[in-house]
Amino acid sequence: MLARRNPQLNAHGELIHLLSIEGLPRAVLTQILDTAGTFLSVNDRDVKKVPLLRGKSVFNLFFENSTRTRTTFEIAAKRLSADVINLDIAKSSASKGESLLDTIANLSAMHADMFVVRHSESGAPYLIARHCAPHVHVVNAGDGRHAHPTQGLLDMYTIRHYKKSFQELSVAIVGDIVHSRVARSDIHALTTLGVPDIRAVGPKTLVPGDLREMGVRVCHDMTEGVKDADVIIMLRLQNERMSGAMLPSAGEFFKSYGLTEAKLALAKPDAIVMHPGPINRGVEIDSRVADGSHSVILPQVTFGIAVRMAVMSILAGNDA
Amino acid sequence: MKILIRNGRVVDPASGRDEAADVAVAAGRIVAIGRVPSDFSPDRVIDAAGCVVAPGLVDLAARLREPGPGMLESELAAAAAGGVTSLVCPPDTDPPLDEPGLVDMLKFRARKLSRCRLFPLGALTHRLDGRELTEMIALTEAGCVGFSQAEHAIHDNLTLMRAMQYASTCGFAVWLRPQDASLSGGVAASGAVATRLGLSGVPVASETIALHTILELMRQTGARVHLCRLSSAAGVELVRRAKAEGLPLTADVSINSLHLSDVDIGYFNADMRLTPPLRQGQDRDALRAGLADGTLDALVSDHTPIGNDDKMLPFGEAVPGATGLELLLSLALKWGADAGLPLAQALARVTSAPVRVLGEALGSLGESAGRLVEGGVADICVFDPDAEWLVTADALRSQGKHTPFDAASTGMRMPGRVRHTLVAGTLAFSAAAEPARA
Repeated sequence: MLARRNPQLNAHGELIHLLSIEGLPRAVLTQILDTAGTFLSVNDRDVKKVPLLRGKSVFNLFFENSTRTRTTFEIAAKRLSADVINLDIAKSSASKGESLLDTIANLSAMHADMFVVRHSESGAPYLIARHCAPHVHVVNAGDGRHAHPTQGLLDMYTIRHYKKSFQELSVAIVGDIVHSRVARSDIHALTTLGVPDIRAVGPKTLVPGDLREMGVRVCHDMTEGVKDADVIIMLRLQNERMSGAMLPSAGEFFKSYGLTEAKLALAKPDAIVMHPGPINRGVEIDSRVADGSHSVILPQVTFGIAVRMAVMSILAGNDA
Repeated sequence: MKILIRNGRVVDPASGRDEAADVAVAAGRIVAIGRVPSDFSPDRVIDAAGCVVAPGLVDLAARLREPGPGMLESELAAAAAGGVTSLVCPPDTDPPLDEPGLVDMLKFRARKLSRCRLFPLGALTHRLDGRELTEMIALTEAGCVGFSQAEHAIHDNLTLMRAMQYASTCGFAVWLRPQDASLSGGVAASGAVATRLGLSGVPVASETIALHTILELMRQTGARVHLCRLSSAAGVELVRRAKAEGLPLTADVSINSLHLSDVDIGYFNADMRLTPPLRQGQDRDALRAGLADGTLDALVSDHTPIGNDDKMLPFGEAVPGATGLELLLSLALKWGADAGLPLAQALARVTSAPVRVLGEALGSLGESAGRLVEGGVADICVFDPDAEWLVTADALRSQGKHTPFDAASTGMRMPGRVRHTLVAGTLAFSAAAEPARA
């Protein structure tokens, strides 16, 4: 049953696409985090380049705009010496009516080696991975609400950097979880790496009870959600959710679930505060917390480059 | 044309007959079952040794996309190959079946192909816009057997109530798929799978709220309603209670919801993108039990041929629906075998029971369609119950090649293979006589 085999792994269990954290063994995650550690020093050198992807072409296919994420992938690929081609498909072929798979066939014919895909539909990278040439690797850079695996991995790198081990941690993920691909990838990564206590915190409109089946504790109360947490991951509240049927207002959300110094004080004294960015100051997080001593939001960005370098270099070394 | 079907096992769910017998057919009718007159001189003899001789299947939901892209010939060939001799087609064609001329044309074209009897549902409202009633009497005279919104929403409860009042005035059945429009925007059933995959959900409440509304309006209006494509355990329970109450209600379930659940979506397999969406295992189990105990009257193919361009898309963008006419028999048999039911009971859900749903709308045909009776119409399906097959695009005559039961998706082995299909005493399909396929 072809469709049921995890399409991210080859017959030897090696990573050939990165589509989701779900279904990846702990050893693969650890391999990526360890490899990222070795790349971190590259970023501190005067000549920030290693030749691992020399002669390879990495295509950034962004069906949904995101300058930020695209830039981090571009930097990572360039530091690996790859040729990087950025395609803002939201503005070109898709608007001319070309189908997704026609676009992929065309780009494959240009001898791409890797597609970094951002798409507004959950699962779109799976379709691409199923239909691209066998030597092409697909990296999911965010699909709908489904997954953002490199963000999940850089979050894990950050947690491991500050907390050393995953085995005893309490991690709170706060905010708009139902629409968040970051939250899903974090949850899969945390459960795979053995974190015993994961809390999903937010109102019922944004935190569905079904999340329990992913191995998390659902908390609708912020005090309970952040109490004694080692790690607090705040999610971005998208503008379009700030009013309407999901939430009455950004202000009311901040009162209940915004991370303030008072709420942070309920967590462990050495708790770290994370956020995938870009942050909404005064909506999900108070500026004093975002800029405070517990915040590791900027180190996350730095680690993100190394993690994306690790993912691309590992994929390039594995054959379908 | 006289045809003698010899050496088969005749199974007629309506009468309970299950015995080895020959069947003689002449002038479009069954002239004898068992005691074939010695002077009967057939033009053709079908050897049905090892096969079951059953009534032709009656499918209460098959889209032929006519009027539309012009698939009538291939889809009626698919019906014949699937042993389906009568089918009901929903009105969501392009344009919708909202005026008698369109229905006349459809019936005329289908008659010319003489592969299957066609029973169209008329649109309940103009252009299916859910606002203005169609001319139901004229549409019925043209051949419509009931009225439906198909997948389209009705504008509001007042319009639905008026439609049900008017239909019941004339004695017409209203066919409704219970779905609350505002809760039906998702692409998968709400639940752990949709949450994990990040797919927008359709809650069970979409079905149950609509059911409560329909049932209450039935009490108010006295309308006779057929509920299309139940999908949830809670929905089955509401239908069970409404039937116990005595409401004039029938219901069906699709082959997809009967055999699959949301877990089968796997890695975003767009062939699993269906309406209603596949729900959880407990819902599937309740649907299977409901079909066995008669809460659900009929099993339908919900046949919807969809081209590659509309399916080779991300899950949420793929057009919902699946091919099904050629799978209906096998999936009825599979359900029956899984549930440990006698063959006749499984076949009843695709023969005599759907005919009862159609009721008086069939006219004189109602006395013999979906059953095997001497003097009745010779709509017959001869199938080999022991043959197994795998669903592949090449094996299907329908232009719709996408189905969740594709060997590459579920890998499910299909029990039972149609050998011959007779419609009104004429061979509409014969496996042996099929030309080699390129």
